[in-house]
Amino acid sequence: MDFQVVVLAGGFSKTLVPLVSKEVPKALLPVANRPVLSYVLELLEQNNLKDLIVVVESESAALLIGGWISSAYVDRLHVEVAAVPEEIGTAGALRAIDHHLTASDILVVSGDLVCDVPPGVVAATHRRHDAVVTAMLCSNPVSGSTESGSSGVKDKAKKRYNIIGLDPTKQFLLHVAAGVEVEKDVRVQKSILRAVGQMDIRADLMDAHMYAFKRSVLQEVLNQKEAFQSLRRDVLPYLVRSQLRSELLLNGVQSEENGNDKDASQNPKIVLSQLLANASTPSFHELHALGPNGFSLSPRKTHKCCVYIASNSNYCVRLNTIQAFSDINRDVIGDASHLSGYSFSAQNNIIDPSAVLGSKTTVGPQCMLGEGSQMGDKCSVKKSVIGRHCRIGSNVKIVNSIVMNHVTIGDGCSIQGSVVCSNVQLLERVVLKDCQVGAGFVVTAGSEHKGESLAKKEK
Amino acid sequence: MDPRRYSRVIDPKVRQVGFCPRSGQVQNQSGPTGPSTSPPVSHISPSSNSLSPVMIPPPRHPSDAASRAVNVPATATTPLRPRRPSFDDPNNNSSSTEQLVVSSYNPDESVLGTSPPFSGIGDDRDGDAESEFSDNSVNWIRQNDSGRFPLSLAPDGRFDSAAAKEKQSKKPQVGSRKERGGGQTAEVRNDLPSESKPLKEKTSKAERRALQEAQRAVKAAAKAGGNKSKAASLSAHEQTNKAAKLPLQRKDDGPVTSSAAVSERRGGERPPEKDRKKDAPAPRMQFDDKNRVEKAKKRSVVKQTEARNRVELFRHLPQYEHGTQLPDLESKFFQLDPMHPSIYKVGLQYLAGDIRGGNARCVAMLQAFSEAIKDYSTPPEKTLTRDLTAKVNNFVSFLIECRPLSISMGNAIRFLKSRIAKLPITLSEAEAKSSLCSDIERFINEKIVIAEKVIVEHAVTKIQDGDVLLTYGSSAVVEMVILHAHKLGKQFRVVIVDSRPRFEGQALLRKLVKIGVSCTYTHINAVSYIMREVTRVFLGAASVFSNGTVYSRVGTACVAMVAHAFHVPVLVCCEAYKFHERVLLDSICSNELGDPDAISKVPGRMDINSLHDGTNKENLQLLNLMYDATPPDYISMIVTEYGMIPTTSVPVIVREYGREHLLI
Repeated sequence: MDFQVVVLAGGFSKTLVPLVSKEVPKALLPVANRPVLSYVLELLEQNNLKDLIVVVESESAALLIGGWISSAYVDRLHVEVAAVPEEIGTAGALRAIDHHLTASDILVVSGDLVCDVPPGVVAATHRRHDAVVTAMLCSNPVSGSTESGSSGVKDKAKKRYNIIGLDPTKQFLLHVAAGVEVEKDVRVQKSILRAVGQMDIRADLMDAHMYAFKRSVLQEVLNQKEAFQSLRRDVLPYLVRSQLRSELLLNGVQSEENGNDKDASQNPKIVLSQLLANASTPSFHELHALGPNGFSLSPRKTHKCCVYIASNSNYCVRLNTIQAFSDINRDVIGDASHLSGYSFSAQNNIIDPSAVLGSKTTVGPQCMLGEGSQMGDKCSVKKSVIGRHCRIGSNVKIVNSIVMNHVTIGDGCSIQGSVVCSNVQLLERVVLKDCQVGAGFVVTAGSEHKGESLAKKEK
Repeated sequence: MDPRRYSRVIDPKVRQVGFCPRSGQVQNQSGPTGPSTSPPVSHISPSSNSLSPVMIPPPRHPSDAASRAVNVPATATTPLRPRRPSFDDPNNNSSSTEQLVVSSYNPDESVLGTSPPFSGIGDDRDGDAESEFSDNSVNWIRQNDSGRFPLSLAPDGRFDSAAAKEKQSKKPQVGSRKERGGGQTAEVRNDLPSESKPLKEKTSKAERRALQEAQRAVKAAAKAGGNKSKAASLSAHEQTNKAAKLPLQRKDDGPVTSSAAVSERRGGERPPEKDRKKDAPAPRMQFDDKNRVEKAKKRSVVKQTEARNRVELFRHLPQYEHGTQLPDLESKFFQLDPMHPSIYKVGLQYLAGDIRGGNARCVAMLQAFSEAIKDYSTPPEKTLTRDLTAKVNNFVSFLIECRPLSISMGNAIRFLKSRIAKLPITLSEAEAKSSLCSDIERFINEKIVIAEKVIVEHAVTKIQDGDVLLTYGSSAVVEMVILHAHKLGKQFRVVIVDSRPRFEGQALLRKLVKIGVSCTYTHINAVSYIMREVTRVFLGAASVFSNGTVYSRVGTACVAMVAHAFHVPVLVCCEAYKFHERVLLDSICSNELGDPDAISKVPGRMDINSLHDGTNKENLQLLNLMYDATPPDYISMIVTEYGMIPTTSVPVIVREYGREHLLI
């Protein structure tokens, strides 16, 4: 179908410290005991997209991710792992792999996306409208479940809102204001508003970071706007802003770049294109291009920015915060269990056959127990994920938590709403509530922590 | 003469057109009229000329079906004759005697056909006979039936059966052989199947029935009579068996040669049978046939959920739950490997309703095909012609799943396929591809773009100062006509009639108002009121069928009818590539069903949208027809690129220029 897929796997994300560490880049964070990247790769594989470019920030992360991919998908996918420098941004990453891009359209997927929306819908929408960019939007995740209500105060404070303007048919993107800009006034372009006549402004939509770009446009924008760092914050808003006035920007260069692809198809056969345009219901772009009287000699150059809005029945979340991490883990084991790829037992949980449970230990529904894990007596696990080869003593309570691999938990611990990374040692009678414990950390016996982030002092 | 024959000959379609391009063809088509109406024509009929004289030709000689017929009896007459009566009489009198009677005049034909030294009338007759045989079975029998009467009523009166016998004796060689053979009946039997394939089927059916009956009788007799009558029944059985064997034998050798001969004979004048079969419209899927629908569903790419409450009368048309197909097809975007992206895109656009209108759909499809052909490469061990045809078929079936094809698209596809089939095998792949692409481009250019220009030129002459034009919906050609007339400075007014749910006329209205044409916009329910002031009605068409029926956006028929009632001339602008040889009598058989929700929802009127909630009620069925058929009576004129024609001339265009689609 002439699409190329680029998976932006990121590197060692700062926002996810202490979960990510030198050993575990963001893309390899376990979601239900599988790296989060595997969800994207499997989604793509299901959709018959087997030639992928995975872009990873920093060499060391690339090594880790490349190693994992080659072991897990050796005969299933043809993956090219490209390492780019850190802090280069998504746009920079694409700029770096510019020469690999050959297909007419590029599908850019974020590596931290956990969703079941087939990428085909985005691609199809993109093609149908002959758009320059098509973004997938999904409804904002309900962050923080009813039970872990008070989790992460800081998450709430900087909860992202996207202000997104759509046309009445909900097909075109008219306005994007992401994250930081939201607190300011919302400035909407008059020209767009005039052309469309009506704009729906939504704050309940989230950019899922799955984009289809027209390659020529993407490359031109990236090459000409050196300052652009992020696709979401720079490239997309730029394209949306300039969709009607590509030529009105009198900078020459820019006016060319956006109109180019449309123009090429329009000039040679004006009659035919008119014929086609007559028959189809014109979008506001075309109406605008024709000018106020419907017959301007030089049609204005426009391009289309489309959206695909995932329906509410689809699951679509990005793993970009700690809160999201625990939410996704909970959902993949719980509500969105079809994503996990495991088959659930009658008790609605997954207990690996090699796991050893002590007497009177109960593992509730929506739990997962990895292979080789041992649990002592009288433990209770509820709505939690426990990784491989964990040793858990007796009388341990684990609720709403994620325990990664090779964790040792002493007797009498209580873990609630927390994330415990690999190789952590919890000595006896530790009480954790809404904490994140970085990899390799040792929590002293009897300590109580609430809402803290515990990690080894690095370096 | 037989009244039936009259009615057939004076079929208005044939008569009113009155177009006789090639004598041979006419001769072949309207068989029996030949001798009575135009003897000289039949003189030069190639079929009679090509007959070789008396001698018996080699059995598979293609040009000589008639003499072949003589050949067969030589082997078959003798055994057959004595058996026949015993076979006929007890069992099935009616059917077999009918055959006898029907064909009783045939020996003359065949005899006449083979004997050259004959009067002019005789020649006419045999040319005539030849052509009859080449007709299809129904006609053949009918003609034969009636043919008996002209035989006896022929001007000379020589052609009654007695006279025929007399003739036979006159003839030196064939006649003598025949007489040796004895009866007419035997000969008749034999040359029937060999001469015309279709009839053979008929005969054999009757015979099969006879055989069955005979066997039944034999069985009954065997049971009843027991041992005593066994011998007798056995003999009877034997008889029937032999009688049955004969046709079987004939089946073996007769049809092969004869069909070859027939098709060969036709070959000169018409496309060979194969081609004609290909041209014939494939039987359309009847969507009330559950089994086939299920099968089709399995094959289909697009998910098709049948709408539940369909109107009884339109069950045979496809109607799916709207809103389920598009997301499903979209989600499969990457899973459809063989589909070319451009085809996929066009399909999506059809499905989503982004592209509407006959011309636009056709152009979009052709452009997509052209893209796909450009990217096509023949897989190893396959030939381009075949593989590409299969590919195109694939594409087409995908597009049909997205939305049923229009007639114009069907014609365009036919054109493309014929171009593919006719590619010289010597062309390299690149050359073949480029030639196909240029063919497609030329089709678009000549049949659509230039055709529209010509139509505009023609139609504009019918607009005079002070006219009030009425148009319905939004037709691209009509729009061009109006724009052109405006450009020429003609002073006229336009009434745009529109209808729910699409309000296509509004786009046209917007354009016309912008350039300063004075317009009136109204909905179709006011058409009878507004028609008073109208002087011309211009309509577009999705297709025009050969009986003159115009197939167009639903509502067109109503407008045309009202215009007719008010004696306002109705001009239909339609490119000739949208013509089709099919005959359409109503808008039920072939139509398209739109989204039923579109008519139950009224935008902006929340108070009356309550109906929409009830779509799942068992006793509510919504019908959103897309097209209707305007009978030819209401149409004054069809404007095509070949000129302005009455509806009765549509078959002429189809016949004369229809083939041109294949040849450009």
